[in-house]
Amino acid sequence: MSASARNLTIAFFALLAFAAVSPMLFQGVRFPQWLEIVIGGLMSGVLYSLVALGLVLIFKASGVFNFAQGAMVLFAALTLVKLMDHMPLVAALAVTLVVMVALAWLVERLVLRPLVNQEGIVLFMATLGVAYFLNGFGQIVWGADVFTLDVGMPKEPKILLDKMFEGGILVSMEDVVAALIAALLVASLAIFFQKTSTGRALRAVADDHQAAQSIGIPLNRIWVIVWSVAGMVALVAGVVWGSKLGVQFSLQQVALKALPVVILGGFTSIPGAIVGGLLIGLGEKLSEVYLGPLFGGGIENWFAYVLALVFLLFRPEGLFGEKIIDRV
Amino acid sequence: MIYRETGQFKTSYASDQQLFPILQDRVVVIGFLVFAFAVVPFVASEYLFRAILTPFLILSLAALGLNILVGYCGQLSLGTGGFMAVGAYAAYNLALRLPDLNLIVVFILAGLCATVVGAIFGVPSLRIKGFYLAVTTLAAQFFLDWLFARVGWFTNYSSSGSVAAPPLEIFGYPIQGPVHKYLFVLAIVCVLALLAKNLTRGAIGRSWMATRDMDVAAEVIGIRPLHAKLTAFAVSSFYVGLAGALWAFVYLEAWEPLAFDVNRSFELLFMVIIGGLGSILGSFLGAAFIVILPIALNQLPTKLGIPLSTASISEIELMVFGALIVFFLIAEPRGLARLWAIGKEKLRLWPFPH
Repeated sequence: MSASARNLTIAFFALLAFAAVSPMLFQGVRFPQWLEIVIGGLMSGVLYSLVALGLVLIFKASGVFNFAQGAMVLFAALTLVKLMDHMPLVAALAVTLVVMVALAWLVERLVLRPLVNQEGIVLFMATLGVAYFLNGFGQIVWGADVFTLDVGMPKEPKILLDKMFEGGILVSMEDVVAALIAALLVASLAIFFQKTSTGRALRAVADDHQAAQSIGIPLNRIWVIVWSVAGMVALVAGVVWGSKLGVQFSLQQVALKALPVVILGGFTSIPGAIVGGLLIGLGEKLSEVYLGPLFGGGIENWFAYVLALVFLLFRPEGLFGEKIIDRV
Repeated sequence: MIYRETGQFKTSYASDQQLFPILQDRVVVIGFLVFAFAVVPFVASEYLFRAILTPFLILSLAALGLNILVGYCGQLSLGTGGFMAVGAYAAYNLALRLPDLNLIVVFILAGLCATVVGAIFGVPSLRIKGFYLAVTTLAAQFFLDWLFARVGWFTNYSSSGSVAAPPLEIFGYPIQGPVHKYLFVLAIVCVLALLAKNLTRGAIGRSWMATRDMDVAAEVIGIRPLHAKLTAFAVSSFYVGLAGALWAFVYLEAWEPLAFDVNRSFELLFMVIIGGLGSILGSFLGAAFIVILPIALNQLPTKLGIPLSTASISEIELMVFGALIVFFLIAEPRGLARLWAIGKEKLRLWPFPH
């Protein structure tokens, strides 16, 4: 990293941190309220991270920017909801997982394999097609209504730290559980990637396709595995999102938020997806609450993108992404 | 036998450089234009004008603009709907605040507004490319959506957020009824398509294509990437903005920001992919395909006697769209325009393939 880019990055985050604290300085907001919003933001950031994680996994292993991740989240959630009508939760989860693996296999067979060696942009557009197909398919098979997904997550918020502050701070326990699930998922993914031979193969493919192939790693099988893992992540994201917001078409739109997350964190970094998600969630909530009234509200929809855009201008590879020296 | 250039000699630079060097092409194109201008207005039904021809023409203009950016210059954009909205709202405000302005001038100024906005959002393309650029254009889309929905000035403080276009009139001559609207749009599209064809044949188009094919090599042979990319964004946004203004004024007549949301952007991108990246004809073919497909899907089940609800038709539409995108990318990455070109090649040899 060049010195100027590093300085700019530091300046960017200093400015962000200052902006995050500024409501207390200028608007006289009290600390507990502020903390409540910060925690809320971080928690929704965890959810963005879950979607971003799937994107990063696929991008790392196959260089495909998977636009269909949002559709996969929706599809997994829909499948789970419908299966839960017929069987207990654990069985439904297992069957959904099987469905996602089958989906991964089909995508590899029907989309990725014929398009091997094509440019990244072509593959990206192919995943756009997959996203459309999945949306239509999911709704035709499972119906287009809004479903409530109840997997037994605690619904009522709790008041924490009421000894330290007057009135305490309100924290949604659902979000806390979601954060714990996300942490568990990331930890198990890390173990999978670092400790198993399949994980090693995945990392090798991510590093260099041709070298990996030449030492005998079957690329096609790796792609199926990585899309299956992404499908599993999508299922987890679908469960968490679905029980929070209800399983509906708009889940897909929310998943678009994962794009600025991966831009901020870097396309090739799993920690980047987590940190990026947290930053975006935090920035979004704080800006909506404290900056929104100035602009007439609703800035949540684009704030994340603009944040990512500004960051891109001086650090195109994201926070933790690999530095690619490339003339543009 | 019918379609070959044997015996057609080019004896001057002008004849060597003309748009359609083969006589038969010229005949077909002129015949088609005469048909579109002089025959269609008399034979087509009102439904055809309203539901198919006018939206097809306007969307092909937008697809043409997007094709300049994506197909010719290689810069992926997901913000087309936003730029269309810029054109539409610019035209609305110009017509509202300067009622004496000629409608043609309004449309051109609206296109220029979109040009400025497009060039601004094109600036990141100087630093980034590919997916990153796609996301920044998505930022443009969401920002513009929000801007027109929330900032009251743009919609003249209309309480519902929806606005209506003033009656169309040029030089005191009102454009009313589907036939007049069709002819008006057709004339604009013809002029702009010709312009686009010539732009892409000329120096500027070559600089776009060189940037698309290999930016480093383009820079080495003396093409300024800044210039090439920003002009591509500007020209593309002009077309898209003008199409947005037409879409709002001629087709929708009354609209709200939702008419230009991110799905519109994707739809236009699909037109460009299915039609053919980097082809003027492809933009038209793709637009025709995407406009006609939902209508055909709507009619087909009733014709076949299969009862389907409108909801499941729209879901099938999504599936067919998705599947077709993947199919085209695999089978013919250069789209319908390429199929057309292959057909022409075959026709040249027919019926003696040796």
